[in-house]
Amino acid sequence: MKTIKQLSVFIENRTGRINEVTRILEVGGINMSAFSLAETPDFGILRMIVSDVEAAHRALKEAHFGVNVTDVLLVTCANEPGTMHRILEVLAREQVFIEYMYAFSEGEVANVIIRPTDVARAAEILQSHQPC
Amino acid sequence: MIWNQPKECMSSADKRRMQGERLRKLVERVYHSVPFYRNKMQQMDVAPRDIRSIDDITRLPFTTKQDLRDNYPYDLFAVPMSEIVRLHASSGTTGKPTVVGYTRGDLAVWSEMTARALTAFGADRNDIVSVGYGYGLFTGGLGLHYGVEHMGGTVIPTSSGNTAKHISLMHDFGATALACTPSYALYLADALRDCGMPREEFALRIGIFGAEPWTENMRREIESKLGIDAYNIYGLSEIMGPGVSYECGFKNGSHIGDDHFFPEIVSPDTLEPLPVGEQGELVFTTLTKEGIPLLRYRTKDLCSLDDTPCECGRTAVRMSRIVGRSDDMLIIRGVNLFPSQVESVILEIEELEPHYLLVVDRVNNLDTLQIQVEVRDGFYSDEINRMVELKRKIAARLQSVLGLAADIRLVEPGTIARSEGKAKRVIDNRKLV
Repeated sequence: MKTIKQLSVFIENRTGRINEVTRILEVGGINMSAFSLAETPDFGILRMIVSDVEAAHRALKEAHFGVNVTDVLLVTCANEPGTMHRILEVLAREQVFIEYMYAFSEGEVANVIIRPTDVARAAEILQSHQPC
Repeated sequence: MIWNQPKECMSSADKRRMQGERLRKLVERVYHSVPFYRNKMQQMDVAPRDIRSIDDITRLPFTTKQDLRDNYPYDLFAVPMSEIVRLHASSGTTGKPTVVGYTRGDLAVWSEMTARALTAFGADRNDIVSVGYGYGLFTGGLGLHYGVEHMGGTVIPTSSGNTAKHISLMHDFGATALACTPSYALYLADALRDCGMPREEFALRIGIFGAEPWTENMRREIESKLGIDAYNIYGLSEIMGPGVSYECGFKNGSHIGDDHFFPEIVSPDTLEPLPVGEQGELVFTTLTKEGIPLLRYRTKDLCSLDDTPCECGRTAVRMSRIVGRSDDMLIIRGVNLFPSQVESVILEIEELEPHYLLVVDRVNNLDTLQIQVEVRDGFYSDEINRMVELKRKIAARLQSVLGLAADIRLVEPGTIARSEGKAKRVIDNRKLV
């Protein structure tokens, strides 16, 4: 488990807006390793884990996007039944509220991005309990 | 029927004499009791003795909404507060509405004028009138309310907000007349069609519509959808409220209660009086008002006057429909809105850039107001909840100042056009033709 930087981008719900973000990343030679999109009726927030947070942040701001960098937890665990549950059990028992999360798994490994309200505290708890 | 035959059908010569006499007394009164007017008149080198007939009105100073704001709350009142029995206010910029005060005599005139209007619409003491204007600081609700009572009719103080309830009240109480904004009447017409109760079970026959500009096309649509006669009633709180002018059965312009409110049409650019029939800005002098008498108040409403005799027998001069505004005021669901009011709120919210765009439209006959704003750098969050909460906060702040619900739209940075000179702050997609 480690704490990493996540880039979030405010995007109006209009066709083609995400393309603009991906185009900027392509031009900047920035790789996106994970992302999730949260939406409301009129806007959405695109959250991404990218190869170069600073460069992506700069490029998107130059293109007038509303961007924000936050700490999130990256938990890498075994891709087998029950791992996710054990992680969440530990956090719930310690009253850690999770704002959102997203994950993907492939082969032996599963990667989960967790955005608790209190990132530092959640990191400590996962560190000491080692649920996976 | 005519409520006050002697006044509404007075000969032109008698009326001018009466107006001149009333103006003379009015000027005498404001000169001695309102420092604002005394100073203005002294600056213009005009004294009360210079006002001898109604023609001398052009020597008097104008009054604007800004003057009302500058003299907030009571400095334009011409009587002590012990004489004021009612206050009304229209929304203003943050914390500063424009306030008007009425004496008992002012309320009596208002009731009389509204009774004149109702009678001109064909209503009488047997009518049951559902007043769907908002009750409160806005003059629409209480203005009509007192008029119906004064006429001797039955008033249902329905107020605004709940369409289903309004329909069932009109149905169960046998309402014969409906007072509301014309756009709400169209909305109500659709709701009535879909409510499951047949039209024959409603006694509705008269519509009393005002507080926003409307068109002949809207009249036709309202009349055919609701199966009623639809009439225009005009007013503004600064002068009195609804009943300043009203249509008669001939629906060919609204008769101004010109024994109480003297109308002029001036050029909005030069402020020079324009000949009768020409289009310009409507200006009123409140000939008999006691609480807050106003000299040559600029309504900013653009229209023309017609002093030819009307077939109904009334000699009271008629004003055309309002064709526009000489300022940037918008009327949304009957509520007056200045873009500057929105601006004053936006500037106070630290999370926002000082740019905004108002998009006004009419959807299913109801005005919609969308306010686009940009979030300032540093206040973007990765959490949806925070952004939604920010939106809610902006909406609540705007609603409390504007008295109007708006759809807040957070847009991407730089989306709202910045321009050097006069920025385009409003897109009005309503088609009032």
